Amino acid sequence: MPGLISPVDCLHLTIEIGGIPIRVNTTDADFLDMLQNRYAGFVGSSEHAEVEFDVDLFTPGFVDPEVDVRVTQRAGKWSLERGDFRAEWEPARRAGTIRQSANPYSIDAVLRIVHTLVLAQEGGFLLHAASAIRNRKAFLFAGVSGAGKTTISRLAPSDATLLTDEISYVRKCAWDNAGKHDHGYVAHGTPFTGELAKLGENVSAPISALYLLAQGPENRIDPVAPGHAVRELLANMLFFAEDQELVLRTFHAACEFVSRVPVSRLTFVPDARVWEMIG
Amino acid sequence: MSRLYIARNTRVAARKLDGEMMIMSGKDSTLFTLNKTATIIWQAADGATPLDEIVERQICPKFEVEPAAALQDAETLARELAAQSILDLSEDPILSANSQPASPPAGEMR
Repeated sequence: MPGLISPVDCLHLTIEIGGIPIRVNTTDADFLDMLQNRYAGFVGSSEHAEVEFDVDLFTPGFVDPEVDVRVTQRAGKWSLERGDFRAEWEPARRAGTIRQSANPYSIDAVLRIVHTLVLAQEGGFLLHAASAIRNRKAFLFAGVSGAGKTTISRLAPSDATLLTDEISYVRKCAWDNAGKHDHGYVAHGTPFTGELAKLGENVSAPISALYLLAQGPENRIDPVAPGHAVRELLANMLFFAEDQELVLRTFHAACEFVSRVPVSRLTFVPDARVWEMIG
Repeated sequence: MSRLYIARNTRVAARKLDGEMMIMSGKDSTLFTLNKTATIIWQAADGATPLDEIVERQICPKFEVEPAAALQDAETLARELAAQSILDLSEDPILSANSQPASPPAGEMR
């Protein structure tokens, strides 16, 4: 009965954050438009995707805001669940599905989780931190809500490129240094925004320093002991998975990062002079 | 009197940072920091060396303490670490224990 069958257009776009392209397939043109606006600057043209998600939209119903996110792995398949979405992802197939209503928040949460899982495999991570590039070097400013991430982002001078005011994207990079294998860390811009509600620039630079933010009566930078730096780093990492191996990998990633990147306490008063100490 | 053998639990990760031994439990993501005595016990916990020998050879000379008192403290400590699933305890050698160094040179940090 060919008359009863009508073709369904499969629409897609690729969201490329941190150099990792994730393709999203949908049949809803309005949802696609919303994603294109939401991730403007991060929509890639790459046909090759690290991960491909089919999005199945349903009519929004009651969502329990108290339901925590659950990320579990079984037989090589990740299951991501929260009150407002349910997703599955099979890394071996590079494919998955997302079931959610047509809103930008659910898919944003799925993308954050997927990126943490991808990064954890290679020693990288997402961090509750603002970040910016100045003089071709990236600086991270970590802290919990209220520590000053948005404030320091807002105070950034015109020669600084804001990568994010909320969630920093950290990748481990290896290179050959005069015939010797070496590695360091690179910060990428993200569309994950905080109070500033301004998307970061989709650029990257080697990380020069991580500052643990504190607000105080004067601008000062104090050294932080490695053990304390690891504790603070772990406390500010985004980590969702109930997975023993990944927990241990993340711990090693934090230790490696602290061994390679200077970590200091940055106490600042909320005015632009604090940036005289950075860069 | 039975001897106590101790082995590092394989479901934890450990790194020594600036002389401070940090241990992450893979089970519940709890982060532990060991003091000097606990660090010595952790590093020596190969499953084959009895605790009294570890105390006699590594703790008594370093801290100038009586062997009997030191062993009692070490046993208490070892049981506390076992309760946190950091160490495994047995009255027999723990053959499956990891014989690798507790914290490889790569784990040493400034």
